[in-house]
Amino acid sequence: MGILSRTWTLTKVRLVLATRNRAFFFFSLVMPLIFLVGAVVFIGNHTQWAGYILGAILTATVMGSFWGLSVQLVTFREQGILRRFRIAPVGAGPMLASSIIANYFMALPVVTLEILVCRFVLHMQNWGNLPAIVVLVTIGSATFSSLGLIVASVTNTMQETQMINNLIWMGFIFLGGATIPIGSFPHWLQHVSLFIPAQYLATGLQSAATWQASFWEVLEDSVALLLGLFVAFEMSRRLFRWEPEAKAPRSAKLWVVAAFVPFLIFGAWENYHGSQLKRVNTNYHMLREMMPGQLTAPR
Amino acid sequence: MGEPIIQVENLYKNYGAVEALRGASFAVQEGEVFGLLGPNGAGKTSTIEILEGLRTADRGVARVCGLDPEKAGEKFKEIIGAVLQATSLPQKLRVREALDLFANFYPKRADVGMLLKRFQLEEKANAFYSELSGGQKQRLALAMALVNDPRVIFLDEPTAGLDPQVRREIYDIIAELRGSKKTVLITTHYIEEAERLCDRVAIIDHGRVIALGTPRELKQGSAGTTRIEVRVARPLTNGMMGKLDGVASCHEFDGAWVLSSTRPPATIVALVKQLEAENNELQSLEMFSPSLEDVFIELTGRRLRE
Repeated sequence: MGILSRTWTLTKVRLVLATRNRAFFFFSLVMPLIFLVGAVVFIGNHTQWAGYILGAILTATVMGSFWGLSVQLVTFREQGILRRFRIAPVGAGPMLASSIIANYFMALPVVTLEILVCRFVLHMQNWGNLPAIVVLVTIGSATFSSLGLIVASVTNTMQETQMINNLIWMGFIFLGGATIPIGSFPHWLQHVSLFIPAQYLATGLQSAATWQASFWEVLEDSVALLLGLFVAFEMSRRLFRWEPEAKAPRSAKLWVVAAFVPFLIFGAWENYHGSQLKRVNTNYHMLREMMPGQLTAPR
Repeated sequence: MGEPIIQVENLYKNYGAVEALRGASFAVQEGEVFGLLGPNGAGKTSTIEILEGLRTADRGVARVCGLDPEKAGEKFKEIIGAVLQATSLPQKLRVREALDLFANFYPKRADVGMLLKRFQLEEKANAFYSELSGGQKQRLALAMALVNDPRVIFLDEPTAGLDPQVRREIYDIIAELRGSKKTVLITTHYIEEAERLCDRVAIIDHGRVIALGTPRELKQGSAGTTRIEVRVARPLTNGMMGKLDGVASCHEFDGAWVLSSTRPPATIVALVKQLEAENNELQSLEMFSPSLEDVFIELTGRRLRE
């Protein structure tokens, strides 16, 4: 029995358990659809905004994995469920990877539904660049899952997990461009947003959905998310705790900051040399000035 | 005797200021059902969890099939099965799914259908874990411990908190394991469990093994003595009980006197005379043939379940 086989075994069970979880259905299916309905109402006749809205809604859906997995891991640890798995020949890697993969599979139907609603109900003028969207959704889902898992690895109680999750989530949702366009921020806050992981996902998805940005045009977003994924996954694997009574020291909370290092490096580089803000502002100006028939890639 | 399959030498484990293990040592031969008998806090769970690889010893040697549980990794986990003191599974996992899940982790697997039958869980195969009774959960935990047809099985207080009928059912299952020549290490604070199920027993107290042998050998230490438990109306004169005819040792527990007597009739006659002389009243008197409880009382001056 190899690691892959064990990971797949666990993934299948997690998928089954997710379908029996009402909270999962609410947060992963109902809530994104509520956002979508809100978007339909908000858009009204401005169907040219559908691509931008799709990018934002996909971002919110993908980022949702940040919440679900951290809460699930802490619950399993607190209830002593992880302990039983520890006696079996299963390492921390398959335990974590299976939750990320299962979460991704569960997100796919929602993502598909969102794309179809935008295309046929909101009359999005084209499909966007679907391969680029799929790549970003895949990497983004794994990255935000891993960021959630690292929070679970450094917190001791559900209360603590939810507190840290809320703090980080606020930054993701309000500073990342998923809800408020970064282009509408004051100049200094736009620079701050370059350090937020959600910004790379939102900008990439909005570019791919709005003006059909190619895979190469969202490569930087993908690489930033991918690096974040590797660092966060490896850290949560190393900090993984099976035992309910094994407490993480206070200093361990700093590892959450360490998991964001790739984004701090990317943010610093972008602030001095990059073109991310230019893309962000292009997306925003296109959103404001967009008229039917004018959807072309910015030069 | 061959090489022991489980070897524990001079094991130490502290939890902060609490010394859970203070040099525990014993060895278990292949095919044996070996019991660790002791009161709560004696160090039984620490010992078994070090052997399962769940905890790290501060000092000493722990080996299972020649492997170091802490370092051997997957190879070690593939040859052991375990029932933890408290097993928990996701509430919405079905019984059959739980067995299938854990069976799929191992290269060597027992037939899940057979396990369901053997542990009388066939009717509950499609029930959620949350719908099982305490006894059914424990039977499932036992079945899960056997999904990989292990060489060594660790059972940490497998019947604690269960009603007598379920306890007897689990005794039957363990007796069956004994028949199939599996090596079983079981921790318990139930005398009956140790006497009935174990080939050999180590009595453990305050982190040390204080007696080791077959139940018969251990009880022979108390051979020729009978335990007499007495309750009287008023407190007794200092040291009176210990001076009665035939009394080898005496201890007081919660207002009852436990006497170890070599000549029970003489002891009882002397007791009645003494009580009359003191104008005291006998409230109850019970006699017991020697058990592991007596061995424990003799060695520690305490009851097992204090």
